[in-house]
Amino acid sequence: MFDVKKEVPEAPLYREEFEHDNCGIGACVNIRGEKSRETVENALKIVENLEHRAGKDAEGKTGDGVGILTQIPHKFFARVTKPLGIELGKEREYGVGMFFFPQEELRRNQAKKMFEIIVEKEGLEFLGWREVPTFPNVLGHKAVECMPHIMQGFVKKPTNVKKGLDFDRKLYIARRLFEQSTEDTYVVSFSSRTIVYKGMFLVGQLRTFFADLQSEDFVSAIAMVHSRFSTNTNPSWERAHPNRLMVHNGEINTIRGNADKMLAREENMESEYLKGQMHKVLPAISKTGSDSAMLDNTLEFLVMSGMDLPLAVMIAIPEPWANNKAMSQTKRDFYQYYATMMEPWDGPASILFSDGDIMGAVLDRNGLRPSRYMITEDDTLILSSEVGVLDIDPTKIKVKERLRPGKMLLVDTVQGKVISDEELKEKYASAQPYGEWLDNNLVFLKDLIIPNQRVPEYTYEERQRMQKAFGYTYDELKASILPMAKNGGEAIAAMGVDTPLPVLSKSYHPLFHYFKQLFAQVTNPPIDAIREEIVTSTTVYIGTEGNILQETPKNCNVLRVNNPILTNTDLLKIKNMKAEGFKVEVVPITYYKNTSLERAIDRLFVEVDRAYRDGVNILILSDRGVDENHVPIPSLLAVSALNQYLVRTKKRTRVALILESGEPREVHHFATLLGYGACAINPYLAQESIRELIDNHMLDKDYYAAVNDYNNAVLHGIVKIASKMGISTIQSYQGSQIFEAIGIDKEVISKYFSNTVCRVGGITLKDIERQVDELHSMAFDPLGLGNDLTLDSPGHHKMRSGGDEHLYNPATIHMLQESTRRGDYQMFKQYTAMVNDENSIRNLRGLMDFNYPKKGVPLEEVEPVESIVTRFKTGAMSYGSISKEAHETMAIAMNRLHGKSNSGEGGEDLERLTVGSDGLDRCSAIKQVASGRFGVTSRYLVSAKEIQIKMAQGAKPGEGGHLPGGKVYPWIAKTRHSTPGVSLISPPPHHDIYSIEDLAQLIYDLKNANKEARISVKLVSEAGVGTVAAGVAKAGAQVILVSGYDGGTGAAPRNSIHNAGLPWELGLAETHQTLIMNGLRNKVRIETDGKLMSGRDVAIAAILGAEEFGFATAPLVTMGCVMMRVCNLDTCPVGVATQNPELRKNFKGKPEYVENFMKFIAEELREYMAALGVRTVDELVGRTDLLKVKESLSERQREIDLTQILTNPYEGSKVKCTFDPKQVYDFELEKTLDERVLVKQLQKAIDAGQKRSIEVDVSNTDRSLGTILGSEITKKLGDNVEEDTYRVLCKGAGGQSFGAFIPKGLTLELVGDSNDYFGKGLSGGKLIVYPPAGSTFEASENIIIGNVALYGATSGKAFINGVAGERFCVRNSGASAVVEGVGDHGCEYMTGGRVVVLGPTGKNFAAGMSGGIAYVLDEGNDLYKRLNKEMVSSGEITSKYDVLELKAMIQEHVALTNSEKGKRILDNFGEYLPKFKKIIPHDYERVLKTIVQMEEKGLSAEQAQIEAFYANAKK
Amino acid sequence: MGKPTGFMEYRREVSKAQDPKKRIKHFNEFHEHLPKEQQQLQGARCMECGVPFCQSGMMICGMASGCPLHNLVPEWNDLVYTGNWEQAYNRLKKTNNFPEFTSRVCPALCEAACTCGLNGDPVSTKENEYAIIENAYAEGYAVANPPKVRTGKTIAIVGSGPSGLAAADQLNKRGHSVTVFERSDRIGGLLMYGIPNMKLEKQIVDRKKKIMEEEGVTFVTGVDVGRDMKADKLLREFDRVILACGASNPRDIKVSGRDAKGIYFAVDFLKANTKSLLDSDFEDKQYVDTKDKHVVIIGGGDTGNDCVGTSIRHGAKSVTQIEMMPKAPDKRAENNPWPEWPKVCKTDYGQEEAIAVYGHDPRIYESTVKEFIKDKNGNLKAVKIVKLAWEKDAASGRMNMKEVPGSEQEIPADIVLIAAGFLGTQNYIADAFGVELNERTNVKTETGKYQTSRENVFVTGDMHRGQSLVVWAIREGREAARAVDESLMGYSNLVVQ
Repeated sequence: MFDVKKEVPEAPLYREEFEHDNCGIGACVNIRGEKSRETVENALKIVENLEHRAGKDAEGKTGDGVGILTQIPHKFFARVTKPLGIELGKEREYGVGMFFFPQEELRRNQAKKMFEIIVEKEGLEFLGWREVPTFPNVLGHKAVECMPHIMQGFVKKPTNVKKGLDFDRKLYIARRLFEQSTEDTYVVSFSSRTIVYKGMFLVGQLRTFFADLQSEDFVSAIAMVHSRFSTNTNPSWERAHPNRLMVHNGEINTIRGNADKMLAREENMESEYLKGQMHKVLPAISKTGSDSAMLDNTLEFLVMSGMDLPLAVMIAIPEPWANNKAMSQTKRDFYQYYATMMEPWDGPASILFSDGDIMGAVLDRNGLRPSRYMITEDDTLILSSEVGVLDIDPTKIKVKERLRPGKMLLVDTVQGKVISDEELKEKYASAQPYGEWLDNNLVFLKDLIIPNQRVPEYTYEERQRMQKAFGYTYDELKASILPMAKNGGEAIAAMGVDTPLPVLSKSYHPLFHYFKQLFAQVTNPPIDAIREEIVTSTTVYIGTEGNILQETPKNCNVLRVNNPILTNTDLLKIKNMKAEGFKVEVVPITYYKNTSLERAIDRLFVEVDRAYRDGVNILILSDRGVDENHVPIPSLLAVSALNQYLVRTKKRTRVALILESGEPREVHHFATLLGYGACAINPYLAQESIRELIDNHMLDKDYYAAVNDYNNAVLHGIVKIASKMGISTIQSYQGSQIFEAIGIDKEVISKYFSNTVCRVGGITLKDIERQVDELHSMAFDPLGLGNDLTLDSPGHHKMRSGGDEHLYNPATIHMLQESTRRGDYQMFKQYTAMVNDENSIRNLRGLMDFNYPKKGVPLEEVEPVESIVTRFKTGAMSYGSISKEAHETMAIAMNRLHGKSNSGEGGEDLERLTVGSDGLDRCSAIKQVASGRFGVTSRYLVSAKEIQIKMAQGAKPGEGGHLPGGKVYPWIAKTRHSTPGVSLISPPPHHDIYSIEDLAQLIYDLKNANKEARISVKLVSEAGVGTVAAGVAKAGAQVILVSGYDGGTGAAPRNSIHNAGLPWELGLAETHQTLIMNGLRNKVRIETDGKLMSGRDVAIAAILGAEEFGFATAPLVTMGCVMMRVCNLDTCPVGVATQNPELRKNFKGKPEYVENFMKFIAEELREYMAALGVRTVDELVGRTDLLKVKESLSERQREIDLTQILTNPYEGSKVKCTFDPKQVYDFELEKTLDERVLVKQLQKAIDAGQKRSIEVDVSNTDRSLGTILGSEITKKLGDNVEEDTYRVLCKGAGGQSFGAFIPKGLTLELVGDSNDYFGKGLSGGKLIVYPPAGSTFEASENIIIGNVALYGATSGKAFINGVAGERFCVRNSGASAVVEGVGDHGCEYMTGGRVVVLGPTGKNFAAGMSGGIAYVLDEGNDLYKRLNKEMVSSGEITSKYDVLELKAMIQEHVALTNSEKGKRILDNFGEYLPKFKKIIPHDYERVLKTIVQMEEKGLSAEQAQIEAFYANAKK
Repeated sequence: MGKPTGFMEYRREVSKAQDPKKRIKHFNEFHEHLPKEQQQLQGARCMECGVPFCQSGMMICGMASGCPLHNLVPEWNDLVYTGNWEQAYNRLKKTNNFPEFTSRVCPALCEAACTCGLNGDPVSTKENEYAIIENAYAEGYAVANPPKVRTGKTIAIVGSGPSGLAAADQLNKRGHSVTVFERSDRIGGLLMYGIPNMKLEKQIVDRKKKIMEEEGVTFVTGVDVGRDMKADKLLREFDRVILACGASNPRDIKVSGRDAKGIYFAVDFLKANTKSLLDSDFEDKQYVDTKDKHVVIIGGGDTGNDCVGTSIRHGAKSVTQIEMMPKAPDKRAENNPWPEWPKVCKTDYGQEEAIAVYGHDPRIYESTVKEFIKDKNGNLKAVKIVKLAWEKDAASGRMNMKEVPGSEQEIPADIVLIAAGFLGTQNYIADAFGVELNERTNVKTETGKYQTSRENVFVTGDMHRGQSLVVWAIREGREAARAVDESLMGYSNLVVQ
């Protein structure tokens, strides 16, 4: 509405719904409810000190949004309305509306009039308008251009209406009516208790823009503030927070499903408080709002309907209760009861809410956002994303705490007290006999009786026909169903995709394959569903949903199913269930052959309507009964069409859909079905196929066990897909539609898959019908003639000649290898001719043609090869995934060409960082920083020309990695700082990036760690990647890599390789367009990769916006790769993707081959450029006028619409559309404490290698303190300076990433406390932190450092006198640390180092820990409840060596921090020792033992490691 | 994949051939195959490649690399390893109508392109195939499975070589009524009379013939369509005709003395030999006896080698094989890398036998026949050969052969067998149907199609693509069958992988 005026047109590929935001939040509350100016001032100060968490536009003058919510300052309003002649009456006897009106007077007056009329009609008295005094001159021009006219309206409370909520409800109804009656006005707030001031500000502008906020009598007991960091600079006034009830930092990932279900639920909702008024209010959710706004709408609706605000928050964002055994039964029952009616609104979230009386705060179930608070002696609660935002005298602090995952903090200013999570929740949990209600009404699938009926079974031939009719392939049977049934897990594959998109494929693909999974990158984190299983839930509820607004027993009368993948027996039970409240009916989703699919779907709707009228509430859609004249509606089409029909016709919550289908068989199939609305699925044919495998002796297993394993594998696969999107419960995932379609006609999408993004068109309903018919004919020959019923091998993944075309096939592989080996450019042209074969179009770029000008330019005038190749890079492949030989060959080649090779995520051998004695430079120019942080040390970073943050990778975006122990050879373990033979896990998310401002922080950290390096962020193409890229550009990245889905050389689950991510053509064009739209394009270089194979590919990539280009598969092929796709098995027969010394001998690659490839590509590119009349690559970038749609296309190919990719609204625009070094993001490092003080004062000492100590004061805005200093030390003195050579004593609050990557020799001592990422990537340095003298709180019980401390530390020491937040020492691989308590997920994924915890730990301790040792003081003997025992064992400390180690660490801790608790333990060591538990990973312990044994045999340490590795590998 | 590390753990092992001196005493197959369990381990060596070069059948540097039938090699190799012989058979027969033939006579393009062969020995795919099919017969999986529904359409196939048989098999499965015409007394074409019994025992052909008959295919032998039977009659009586008559027009050596007695085309020599063997175990003497004769074979290919083996079995006094090309290297040359067809010197069974019997390799390289020398009775007495040298033509850059002056040499010869390849189809049959030929004297069709210039007449196999391998013949037959089916029914559900 008040968007920036379009000085640049909107990018064709951009969609408003791609917008995300993340932020900084804060609140200040006087617990006793005393209103003061100080509260407001403090809140404003908080937001001003969170500047680095706010976004701003390209110019840095317009902010993404800042705002404040306070109680209504009565005195203030009484004063300012008086001159206007408004009689307000007493406090809370009037409501204040804050309005964003249109600037245009006529429209504004109409809106105002409309409001007045509605208010009157609703029986309220309108008192008058007030112009809100503002100072637009403080704003950036973008903010001014779209600034609304801001006014306040006053409404009197009728005497018969009670103050507070009842009055607010009247106002709410009036507001909803007004909102639905006007298009161009936004109501910021309208309440008798609260008021919101917000807008498109930089953090400091909030106060200066609104004169009101500066008034001395503008007072409040509650103030909540918010600063927005949008991942797009297209922010608006209304999207700023606070909303009417809450502020939100994070993102709701499940928003589409939640919003849809809320809409559906409306039909079901009745409330005595809104009796007869409901129609005025509904729809409760405004679909144009952001995710936060929709949640706000929902909470508000629930509150107005009579639900307590804390209760509404509890049920929308429940803590993970299902797997929490420590939770009380009443609480579990309470959550269970509400779970049957409302799915969690899931995603990273820190939410503050207030209705003017209470102020509450809650964190998502995973604790993915930071929130710290303290309570002072004078009963003030100060909460913020960070500590140190306000100067508080430490002696006045009573409590220092953090919000905990799933826990609620509530201040009741009326009662004047803080209500604990426990007290609050027990209160609501015991409000009703939920347990009894559940016992009487909730039906469990396991309790249903198995009827005396047979499950239908097929004969061998029938089964074959069914498989044919549903398009099964041999590969699916063998490489997908079989491994799932056998191992209970998904199959792993490797080397990406090189086959056509389904829409371009000549072979059949089921409809599922046209849908690509979306995944989280940057704006919110994927979840680790394996290691953090505790937060996941797979339960679904089937039946009529209850009325959430009224607590009655009947509400929970639903069927609870723990695994939505049903066996035949499960379905039989449901079909025959006799429970009260349930009526089940089977509706066929087959239709007569040769009739139209469209009519079949319409008929299905009619069928379902009839069933609905008959009172059916469980519909089983079934395609059993496919025969000679019955063909199945594609199951996904049937489910989605029906689901949307039910939502549209408001029946969705009354009817549940179960699918009984022969079609789904792969994980992705099920994922799409659930994602589009199925509640549960019985894949009868997939299960029958398991029987076939057993009958055929291909699987030696009990049938039922095999089916169970298969179902579980599917379920885990779906959980993983949901986690990629940051969704942790299947219930929320259901119907969430988190897919983008590619290759489906717009009409089909809008009719049956509305809300799904589909930007290139494709197959029509008729095409789908034809496909179904063709398949059916293969199963049931129309003339009944003999048919080959064996399964086909179309070679979708591994190639099969005669099947899908692969870009890498014997001919192209051979020609590529021979031409680069021989250095024969003409032969290379033969290769590219095959790749670009006009007759077989295999990707989007294949549909394009060059629009050659009449006259080109002479080839000699085109930028030379030597210059072009500097833009080329090899892909990020870790040393570990590929062999030393392959890794170094690429590095040597790229260094010779002055291009860049990429280290990948496995670290790099120190020897390679300097030029070898043979004169060869093996140092990878790009150093990657991925979630595992393997080998990311100060030296590693300092050696980089470019540092790349891998947010996602093409083969498996949103997933982590797992390097099995058998591949962790000793030399790999060394560079990764881990133990040979012990498996390594890279987590799905970067645990220091849960949102955009976190990424900004990591970019900042890395820039500090190496000032000269460019920082690059790797993203994967998906819908909305441009929007993410805009955020990334604002966060300071200088290179943005948009990877195609088809790239990816590593191992990944089969389903991820094929079904996640999009072609780079789309993502690249979207990114280029969106960045220009936001004026950010010249701040960054865009790079792309993903099966770039020829000069033509590169030319098209440049035209679509890329300036740099990455190649991975092709260089591997030149070095000998023959696309075995066995990278995951360590059996690469050509020595490329293996560590096996025998196989590595087969490596025959040479740097020259890689160089030839790069040169040839550049040469070919030059030829295209000459013909296109373009002299430099820079000139070529963005020139979409040089592209057109190919003329000679088949009918099917013509259905694909490239308009949005090829339309360039910015052609000829003034905005420069390539990188401009002058516009590069300014980190202002010269302003850092490091540059201003630390380096300056210590420079001499560093140069001379002398000891030196200094003192400084610090605050939370001093982020990455010590990192620049550390990098200087590393550069100058290397990584082995004597401990404590340089000491810095800091006083105050440490900012984020305190002491990140500091090397050995540097010690930072902090008196005070510190924020998140303390000691990130610690590389040998020492960190000490303790509370200031005079603090009255107990150090060992209060939080002192934030979340994710010591993430990825490789060596060094840390002593923390206090409690740390969540994820302490996550991915530590060598540092030793002492701490007095930790939050959830402590020591997660740790692979080395020592951790001593002298106090309590949170849930899920040691999850995924594969190395190192933790000693935990377990005074309550209850650590076992919170320990994740999957990989570790826990026991008493018995070995003398361990005792000595523990004692020495505590002694050092006490000596450095003066820890009281430490002293107590040392004084009574004998008493405390038995209370310590030693946590050690099984594998690690075993390998350590073997190494010791080997050493005892007289082997050298190195030899012992190698022998131990083989000894364990054999096991 | 059966065993990811199989290729590292197990060595290639293949069947053992009988000692040459023993096997030349008979005309039977002479390989002793591995026991089942051992064969299974050979299956484990397959790496189940992401890009299975073995089954690609792609043209690489002008030669086919990998199996033109696109046999699902990785799939059945794996099934062999896991001992699922029946499933292996199902996957095998999906693409290959006649594994019993190919597993005996195919030069195994699959093995030449096998990725295992890149740095070691290829998987013994051919013998795995042999094991699958022979096991299928032994276990009774390979039995007749006649179509349940008949279309009422009739098809005549002229020629019963592998291509004609493949087309017949496919079309019959589909329900069409197929009659195969063969001019010889036995069906099989080159399978029967081109390939000697020791490579492919003839009961193997009969075994398959019997099954096809049980499935409903009619075989008419001894009828030479185009001569004994008019083309029009065939076209009247059948809905479609497929010509599958091979490329049986042998290349001659037209030098002086060609009229000497004792000069035979290899095909005639081999045919007579096999026929006599089958008819009477050579009792009828209706074959060319090489006992105590000096035999000179012109042509260094497979047929030449078959002539060597056959001649030795009859007790030739000497056997010499003349080859124009230079001796190929023992290992792949630098410019002939994997997966190209390896141009290496292969010493086949006949040559092995010659070495065992005469103590030396029978081949003379870079030589050609200059003259046949006969005695006064017109009987062949010797062959004059001359050395050839390869020279690069400066203008065209092509390699040409030049005789080396003064290098002539006479070698004694009682019998000469010409095995110098084929020159396309025999004209009479094409003339009879009035189908157009192309410049290579093959029957003309659109590229990749099988319909000839004459309505309802299709062509397949060597007659279509020129002299080639059995696997190509089968592939052609399958594709032609699909084309015929489509032309008859308007659609086809016949799958060609």
